[in-house]
Amino acid sequence: MHLFRRASRRARGLVAFLIGLLLVQLVNACSAGPQAGGKTRLTIATVNNGDMVVMQDLSSHFEADNPDIELRWVVLEENILRQRTTTDVASQGGQFDVLTIGSYEAPIWARRGWLRSLDGLPADYDVDDLLDPIRTGLSYEDTLYAVPFYGESSMLYYRTDLFDEAGITVPQNPTYDQVAEWAEQVHDPENGVYGMCLRGKPGWGENMAFLTTLVNTFGGRWFDMDWNPTIDTPEWQNAVNYYVNVMNQYGPPGASSNGFNENLALFSTGKCGMWIDATVAAGLLSNPDESQVADVVGFARAPVESYPNGSNWLWSWALAIPETSQSPEAAERFVAWATSKEYVQLVAEEYGWVAVPPGTRKSTYANPNYQAAAPFAEIVLNSIQSADITNPSPEPTPYKGVQYVDIPEFQAIGTQVGQRMAAALADNLTVEQAIARSQNVAERFMRHTGYIE
Amino acid sequence: MASNTSTRWWIPLLGWLVACLLFFPIFWMFITSFKTEVAAVATPPQLFFQPTLENYVAIQERASYFTFAWNSVVISLGATILALLLAIPAAYAMSFFPTKGTKGTLLWMLSTKMLPAVGVLVPIYILARETGLLDTRIGLIIIYTLINLPIVVWMIYSFFKEVPKEILEADRMDGASTFQELRHVLLPLALPGIASTALLSIILSWNEAFWSLNLTTFDAAPLTAFIASFSSPQGLFWAKLSAASTMAIAPILIFGWVSQRQLVRGLTFGAVK
Repeated sequence: MHLFRRASRRARGLVAFLIGLLLVQLVNACSAGPQAGGKTRLTIATVNNGDMVVMQDLSSHFEADNPDIELRWVVLEENILRQRTTTDVASQGGQFDVLTIGSYEAPIWARRGWLRSLDGLPADYDVDDLLDPIRTGLSYEDTLYAVPFYGESSMLYYRTDLFDEAGITVPQNPTYDQVAEWAEQVHDPENGVYGMCLRGKPGWGENMAFLTTLVNTFGGRWFDMDWNPTIDTPEWQNAVNYYVNVMNQYGPPGASSNGFNENLALFSTGKCGMWIDATVAAGLLSNPDESQVADVVGFARAPVESYPNGSNWLWSWALAIPETSQSPEAAERFVAWATSKEYVQLVAEEYGWVAVPPGTRKSTYANPNYQAAAPFAEIVLNSIQSADITNPSPEPTPYKGVQYVDIPEFQAIGTQVGQRMAAALADNLTVEQAIARSQNVAERFMRHTGYIE
Repeated sequence: MASNTSTRWWIPLLGWLVACLLFFPIFWMFITSFKTEVAAVATPPQLFFQPTLENYVAIQERASYFTFAWNSVVISLGATILALLLAIPAAYAMSFFPTKGTKGTLLWMLSTKMLPAVGVLVPIYILARETGLLDTRIGLIIIYTLINLPIVVWMIYSFFKEVPKEILEADRMDGASTFQELRHVLLPLALPGIASTALLSIILSWNEAFWSLNLTTFDAAPLTAFIASFSSPQGLFWAKLSAASTMAIAPILIFGWVSQRQLVRGLTFGAVK
């Protein structure tokens, strides 16, 4: 009994100490607000990628020039960020002053009145210097609601050493028929080289981003003008058959779980003969610190089948200010700084021209220093300039977006269809079954959400 | 007899095998944290490599580990203490003064664990916004207390059930009040059980990721938010993510290691009668 009493006294002391500690912490936590020490606090939600890390590093310059502003970074994984910021903005939480959003969200959120218009940016920001397709993608009813931090399209990467050996010359605008032939010629699994690497991991922003561009150029579209899904059409059949056949014959094993990062790792370690993906990979593949094939990587435009529009996608990560921001003026100063010409200069001075955020400003591409440092610059620029979100398919579409459909329901539909396509790639479904089930699921969604009867 | 010996020979081997299997992901994460990004994704996976500390350095430069860790400590301890303060009287009443509704209440408490958390995300988010509890430690402490309360009540209830009623009756005969009975007799007798319940509650709160990611931004963000910031949509990230995860689980792993005797004793308390 004596032993127990001693133990309980010690436990009591510990509990009292912990409660005291906790109370002090809670009082501290309650005193924090948007204004602390006379400074305006800006909370910035962003994703973790190379360009954003550079922005975080360089933000001390902004704080030095704006001593009344203190920046607080919330860095999250892309899907968590999307869920977190959507919850906050939709329920008026007011936790963030600057949001990192994609070109898919920008017009949808603007339409709902969640974002502040950015039409009042200062004249020296030179909004006309932004690349037109990117600017259009971030606007709603001709008003800009987000400013691009970086932009991208898609393109073809190939191994120049393997292609030279096989005697293949790649034109600047290849076709999908040529690509299939080349994949066969450079496919050498015994030596660990697979002819073609493509995204297979299910998700509207993963395999469906690529597949939608493939469907576009094969002449297909997601919906007709009455919002009826058009997945069970010959155009989709041909595109998906092409994809599954090429990947089954010349793709790496386990391709249905490969996304951007997995393919980047495969290509940069010499396992892929070709890869069609985001233009942002060009800089990563050319960097000898990250890539074992830096000196033998070739670049070309994304391949085309029958219709050139819509064969290369358009995406940008952009900074936007939610309506619920408690310090919108300070937030506007920050987003203008982080996407300005001066910022591009600053990155070039600190990290070199190859590290500047691509795909946003005409002036970057006109700069001879950038052209010299980034041999892929012209292809990237042409790809972005040619991407037309208003005409992704030869058939008219009721939606905008090359590799996505600008309705909130698309995330769910795209991911569900993506899962069936991944099943077809993994041989768990035939192409016909995957298409039929995708059509069903899309019809069901559209009926439930009231687009169709 | 022969079959008996072979059974004995197999059991430890099986135990080791299962233990290794369970520990392997942690081991792999640990060694990956010392690889370069390219080595981390190499196929076939490398077991022998030139170790580097560059990931740990990069993480320290990018995020303040100790702010996140301190939040984790405060939140998990706070939630555990609050849960115990509520659960002990509840379990006391249910074990020693059961009514017709006790069994039903216990089951109902458990049923709250059956709803997926995301189902109540928006209502809770709005409640937190209205009460000013978004991105505060007290907000997360309240949520974690509520999440863990059913388990904590159930565990303490089962530990109290092991205490013979006669001891309490004898105590009452001697004139002890309810509070004295609880403090001087019941709690000391059930201490191993309460300690293991507290440990489990700390571990559950430490590892909880859904609410901590959704209800915090900066001030109250715990280590789960720290880990989530190292996964990248573009570019290689496995080595850095492994280093961040290693740093995030290290405190709770060491804590669990140090207190494992208490934990095992509590979890098997009353298991064999």
